Amino acid sequence: MLVAVVGGGPAGMAAAVAAKNAGADNVLLIERAERLGGVLPQCIHSGFGLNYYGRDLTGPEFAEYLRQDVMQSGIEVWLNAMVIEAHHDKTLVVSKPDGISFVRADVIIFAVGARERPRGAIAIPGTRPAGIFTAGTAQYMINVQGLNIGNDVFMLGSGDIGLITARRLTLEGAHVHGVAELMPFPGGLARNIQQCLKDYDIPLFLSHTVTEVLGKDRVEAVKVAQMENGYVVPGTEKLFPVDTLILSVGLLPEAELIKQLGLTILPYTGSAAVDQYFQTELPGVFVVGNGAGIWDLVDNVATSASVAGEASVKQFYEPSQEATLEPCGDIRVVLPQRIAIGVNNPPRIWFRVKRPLGVCSVALTCDGKTIARKGYASLRPAEMAEISLKLEQYNVIEPGDNLQLTVTPL
Amino acid sequence: MKDDRLPRGKTIDLTCIICPVGCTLHVSSSPAGVSVLGNRCSKGAEYGAKEITHPERFLQSTVLLLGSATERRLPVKTDGPVPKDKLFDVLKEIKKVHVHVPVNMGDVIIKNVLGLGVNVVATRTIEN
Ligand SMILES: Cc1cc2nc3c(=O)[nH]c(=O)nc-3n(C[C@H](O)[C@H](O)[C@H](O)COP(=O)(O)OP(=O)(O)OC[C@H]3O[C@@H](n4cnc5c(N)ncnc54)[C@H](O)[C@@H]3O)c2cc1C
Ligand code: SF4
Repeated sequence: MLVAVVGGGPAGMAAAVAAKNAGADNVLLIERAERLGGVLPQCIHSGFGLNYYGRDLTGPEFAEYLRQDVMQSGIEVWLNAMVIEAHHDKTLVVSKPDGISFVRADVIIFAVGARERPRGAIAIPGTRPAGIFTAGTAQYMINVQGLNIGNDVFMLGSGDIGLITARRLTLEGAHVHGVAELMPFPGGLARNIQQCLKDYDIPLFLSHTVTEVLGKDRVEAVKVAQMENGYVVPGTEKLFPVDTLILSVGLLPEAELIKQLGLTILPYTGSAAVDQYFQTELPGVFVVGNGAGIWDLVDNVATSASVAGEASVKQFYEPSQEATLEPCGDIRVVLPQRIAIGVNNPPRIWFRVKRPLGVCSVALTCDGKTIARKGYASLRPAEMAEISLKLEQYNVIEPGDNLQLTVTPL
Repeated sequence: MKDDRLPRGKTIDLTCIICPVGCTLHVSSSPAGVSVLGNRCSKGAEYGAKEITHPERFLQSTVLLLGSATERRLPVKTDGPVPKDKLFDVLKEIKKVHVHVPVNMGDVIIKNVLGLGVNVVATRTIEN
């Protein structure tokens, strides 16, 4: 039995190790970059591993631990190898330095990660000079390539990657003039607002956006204004004399290969619908990590990918034996979106809310009937939360049920 | 960066950065001692008290790496906390050094940096 894992980030490494430990004869890990680790080698800050390894690690350290597990498990690793096609019969076409290879697998686990939303996706008016970067690219250039990307910086979007990059730039000697966030609340975790912005007196402008980029060859300034109901509030425009604009406006799952398989792409995750084992509607094809939906904590990525890796070597259930699950109201994203019935293993349901909520209660319902309920002191859009079903709650669910996840503020 | 050391008898509100829960801490100091409110665990109380008396941070950066075919920077971190007002001094020291492959995760790159009692260590293994 051959399990092919596409992508050697944390999700791919954790899935490959779990598959091997669960008894897969052969596991092949295919990575297009020249190193394993995915985005972790560029995330040199700490904050990883508290749940998965029980200690606070930097991104490279977390990747190194996983890499050692991969090396010790007898997994075959191909580096500089990119999967360019995926077929229904589980054949992968791989482009490698020595030519094209065809891999005929029994199971495929896609762990291809996410890409950043580019500037085009948010349509800022103005010129198109040099000096505009997405946050992850900036982070890669600074931390992996050791480049100086700019001296005076403005940032659009307050996601965690952007906040962490703002701190790195400050420590490297750049002046970060401010961070604008369109929403009335920050995109990133509260701790990152504190330790990345407040620690260095970087102002955060909520309900603000960049309305214009100025400059001919290089960015010379950006205009920033307060927004209300999608319109600029007159008289609030400010000019920041910066040479660099960084966009931290979110990630989208890498879904090209999954689309080739004809799988339906959900609008709210940007990827295929998966069950509690991260299996798609195509038996034997799994999608894990940021390729299945955007996770914030790499610990959860590794944990959930291990579930898929282990399941990938077990028997597959009949697809008719499943219920569906969808997010409602203030719930933006839910994972899994399909629940396999009768596998005697109650699922863990992951979700993300649309706006910050205080004390609230999350309910899993079917036709108005509550199956499970859990209370939370607070929920934030920046954090994926979870609700684990008990066996007796899971046993109530029947094939064909349409389940809904809702949240009610208390 | 401003100095966060406040005179006695002051109060600060801050977000605990010890874990992702991110509790809002209300820290006040008076001649009778320091009080912390809003923490959900004892680590938060410790952090809040430290933040008003002598704030510290763990620091991560990179150093120049020589001899590797693929990598140009080696990521490093301090293996203990650094006083917040010394962060930029430690960074200056980090900028001065370079390292040759092979390097192992955990290798000490700068011992007892600036006499602060913490080492700068490698956070990645790069064999060649
Ligand atoms: C910039 C950034 C900063 C982050 N900071 C933090 C943080 O501070 N704390 C935290 O807990 N989490 C953080 N995260 C989140 C965490 O790192 C991610 O959730 C995690 O890396 C996702 O793992 P992954 O394996 O799904 O994806 P990735 O790490 O993106 O790995 C995907 C891998 O697949 C490979 N690949 C893609 N397509 C192909 C193909 N066709 N053929 C072969 N290989 C392919 C890619 O090269 C890559 O190596 C951050 C994420 C990003 C993007
Ligand atoms: S007080 Fe405790 S629970 Fe709250 S953020 Fe700090 S460490 Fe986490």
